[in-house]
Amino acid sequence: MPDLGLSVHALGVWRGGRAVLADLSFDLAAGEALMLRGPNGAGKSSALMALAGLIRPEEGRIEHLGRDPEAPPLGHMHYVAHAPAIKSGLSVGENLQFWATTLGNADADIASALTQAGLGRLEGLDAGLLSAGQTRRLALARLVAVPRPLWLLDEPTSALDADGAEWVGELVSRHLAQGGMAVVATHLDIAVAGTIKTLTLGGGVQ
Amino acid sequence: MNAFMAIVARDLRLALRQGGDILTLTLFFVIVGVLMPFAVGPDRPLLAQLAPAIIWVAALLAQLLSHDRLFRTDFEDGSLAVFRHSVLPLEGVVAAKLLAHWILTGLPLIVATPILALMLGLDMQRFWLALLSLALGTPALAAFGAIGAAVTVGLKRGGLVAPVLVLPLSLPVLIFGTGAFDVARLGGSSQALLLLAALSLVSVALAPFAAALALRISGE
Repeated sequence: MPDLGLSVHALGVWRGGRAVLADLSFDLAAGEALMLRGPNGAGKSSALMALAGLIRPEEGRIEHLGRDPEAPPLGHMHYVAHAPAIKSGLSVGENLQFWATTLGNADADIASALTQAGLGRLEGLDAGLLSAGQTRRLALARLVAVPRPLWLLDEPTSALDADGAEWVGELVSRHLAQGGMAVVATHLDIAVAGTIKTLTLGGGVQ
Repeated sequence: MNAFMAIVARDLRLALRQGGDILTLTLFFVIVGVLMPFAVGPDRPLLAQLAPAIIWVAALLAQLLSHDRLFRTDFEDGSLAVFRHSVLPLEGVVAAKLLAHWILTGLPLIVATPILALMLGLDMQRFWLALLSLALGTPALAAFGAIGAAVTVGLKRGGLVAPVLVLPLSLPVLIFGTGAFDVARLGGSSQALLLLAALSLVSVALAPFAAALALRISGE
């Protein structure tokens, strides 16, 4: 089986009859991260949605290399976007346990994942009572609870405090050191150690 | 616990904790049924004759009320996007949500039927037929509702469009549901019940695929 990788060639995404992204190409190998940068509306989120398989790209192709062909087609990636996929009415622990089970790691160590996310003492709290930053931390705790090789993160540090942003940096660095890949759309600088590629999307796509 | 059961358990837990919805649904069902005797007047034979139609129309309307929330909250809070990366294909996710939805919207109606039967003066034989036909028919109503909810999930005012889409689909359920009470004609009742069961089986088997396709498209 070939090594893990992500190869994107001349990707173009249309939304609402308008091109929001054109001619995006990059290659990512195990242990590498790509930072997508650019002004608002440059197509960062659309690029991530296309990579996540949520929207069908109009042009170009996306190749996920080194995957188990028998596995579910999107089962090797994490996608954490603005909408946190957290339910109020379930406790913090129940939310994470639910996603761990649904994403295929029912035996995940929930308590340890929550502690890493800085939510250790809030496991029994209704998730609806969390602040925006804590909700973001809970969404990111999925990355810890369920190991998957490809992470697609859309503004992972938005709403987070300085400690939280640092934690995200460490999380991604550790993921890369273990041979994972990450594509991160961000405005803010995230301190990540490892092989980092940066791609700035222009706002000039019409 | 596998992913399928986790989704069923989550939806049941959310609905039971946030309470109100099931009670509202059941009360609506009972109230629609209870209104009829007031509208028709105190004519017991006529009411007993109309009872199947009243019970089924009440069930149809009550279930219509509940479809909208099936996918909408998951769509809005991003859960549907994460479900796409689940170990379970989206069709499986929809099937799990459909099962939970039926337990939350179909079963309470069946449980509340005795109250309606009392109000409408059903005899024992037709009471059992009402229970049986509702048990066989509500899964089909839930399945059609799931398709309607999936198609309209991306629309801001989808709550109003979905019933218009779903009602014509639900007509056969209504026809065979009330047909089950046709005890005068030999074999008429069991024929209707069999067709109702067939309708439920087919719609429950196909709805997850149709709804998953609609969800994939509306996610774009």
